[in-house]
Amino acid sequence: MAVVSSRGQKLGNRVAIAAIIVITIVFLTPIYWIGSTAFKPRNLATTAPPTILFEPEVSPFVKLFTKRVQLKPNEQVDRENAPWWEQIIFDGGERISRTGKGEVQLSGYPDRFMNSLIVAITSTLLAVSMGTITAYGFSRFKVKGEADLLFFILSTRMLPPIVVAIPMFLMYRAAGLTDSHIGLIILYTAFNVSFAVWLMKGFIDEIPREYEEAALVDGYTRMQAFFKIVLPEAATGIAATAVFCFITAWNEYAFALILTNRRAQTAPPFIPSQIGSGLPDWTVIAAGTFLFLLPVAIFTFLLRNHLLRGMSFGAIRK
Amino acid sequence: MITSLDPQSRAAARGWSDITIRNVFVVPTVLFLIVFNVFPLIYSLGFSFTDFRASTKDPANFIGLKNYMDLLSDPFIWRNFTITAHYVIVSVAGQVIVGFGMALLLNRSFPLKGLVTTLLLLPMMLSMAVVGLFWKLLYDPNFGIINFAFGLGRFEWLANPDFALYAVALTDIWMWSPFVMLLSLAGLSAVPKHLYEAASIDRASRLYTFFRITLPLVAPILLIAIIFRTMEAFKTFDLAFVMSGQPTTEVVSIRLYKMAFQEWQTGKSCALAYIVLIMVLCITNVYVKYLNKAKER
Repeated sequence: MAVVSSRGQKLGNRVAIAAIIVITIVFLTPIYWIGSTAFKPRNLATTAPPTILFEPEVSPFVKLFTKRVQLKPNEQVDRENAPWWEQIIFDGGERISRTGKGEVQLSGYPDRFMNSLIVAITSTLLAVSMGTITAYGFSRFKVKGEADLLFFILSTRMLPPIVVAIPMFLMYRAAGLTDSHIGLIILYTAFNVSFAVWLMKGFIDEIPREYEEAALVDGYTRMQAFFKIVLPEAATGIAATAVFCFITAWNEYAFALILTNRRAQTAPPFIPSQIGSGLPDWTVIAAGTFLFLLPVAIFTFLLRNHLLRGMSFGAIRK
Repeated sequence: MITSLDPQSRAAARGWSDITIRNVFVVPTVLFLIVFNVFPLIYSLGFSFTDFRASTKDPANFIGLKNYMDLLSDPFIWRNFTITAHYVIVSVAGQVIVGFGMALLLNRSFPLKGLVTTLLLLPMMLSMAVVGLFWKLLYDPNFGIINFAFGLGRFEWLANPDFALYAVALTDIWMWSPFVMLLSLAGLSAVPKHLYEAASIDRASRLYTFFRITLPLVAPILLIAIIFRTMEAFKTFDLAFVMSGQPTTEVVSIRLYKMAFQEWQTGKSCALAYIVLIMVLCITNVYVKYLNKAKER
């Protein structure tokens, strides 16, 4: 009997692994499709049936970063002296538009990407620093009404963004903060601090108090103990929290849509706005999406051991 | 006891006292959150009793509870709530079935397990607005790979008013099943092995083992996943807004956005925001209760 059951188990295991392979392929296909469309020539992006095998090219990325105009019939271009990336554009029947001085005109994408970086990095630094010290305060000292305060801190994050965005829009308009980096940074910091406090409290709770107490005996002040003992011990937790805050700010859409329109606009509201009327060039959209998703994909791999904790606000630990 | 008290009092004599440090560490953040999270809500509570329109320079007139009365008796608003409820049920149910199923499959050792798990978790980390946009190409009736892969011909997903909501929910299921999977895996790996061994000695059937051992022990974590996803699905804005302009996919958040920033009925939208806020606070309350319960384990 034992042999039979283990044979059955082996078969079951094989079926399960086959199912895992199928599911993994299905789940990754949309992401693969973004990546592959980003390297397709335009005429192969929308074909019926879809093109799976093709010769990859980088023209979508050149188009993503530049402003272009259609070549007029019989328009002569100086192909010989043009750089390779401009030749690609000529091949597509377009030319890169240039200023009077001959400088290449950039599309809106690089600015939006930079805005995303500025806003996400700054707000992450602020949220994590505030979150870490506040979490230490909650973790090590008695705070009156601690449970209520922690609930309040969390509940501010639970509201639908649009609910908060309406008054924020009115306040920012009155204060002249709409379409500014500062405005978005403050908002994302406020949004992420609550998360950082919850997550960091879990990490700091795990650091034995004895470490600090030993340092206090050795003549450290409480502040020195915090900076020299607790912070290094919490480094992994801080890094994980920072990555989560960064990803949240990086991906945020609703606030950015409402509170920015040009100068401080981040990539998430910009990328969908590239679809105007007429036929969208999906290769360019895919290229923009690909570059935008790349940092998050990398961070997900770096973060893989902390995903569970981060996604459950520190409620579930391994 | 003496050793734990003594260094603290000595440290206090040298640097800041613990109470000062506590206040310096906790108070600024709480104040910051009050200013940027609570004050705006008080501000909009005030507007919810007025006929204020942010697009004009007209002063706001106090109109009492009229906005709330109008909203609660407006059948169109109830349609938005019905659509939202529909969306929540479909997408959360889908995520639980797919996510928990994936967790059951992955809860065994196989080569490259770590890599496969991380790859499967990727969708939930990505930007909903940006990836949602790309799903429009995947759903395209002529060029989309979904119709191609499943041999559906020229099936209309997003352009079909009766089906658009399911199409958006399907994308949501793709993005967030990994979340249910992640939490379920944690629950499954915490089930003590000896229970399964005992069950196999007793010749318990697989089904019996699943319903009497696995499910009850994973239930608390699964419940957290469900509450969390319910809340997020209730708030949903990005996906439906980017993917579909259909009135049949107009969830509450989209209605709120249109009311506030396209129709500029600022006062009324503040009132609707408050109705939504009260609903969310109720769900959050339940959520935090379970969160704390889970932490105690």
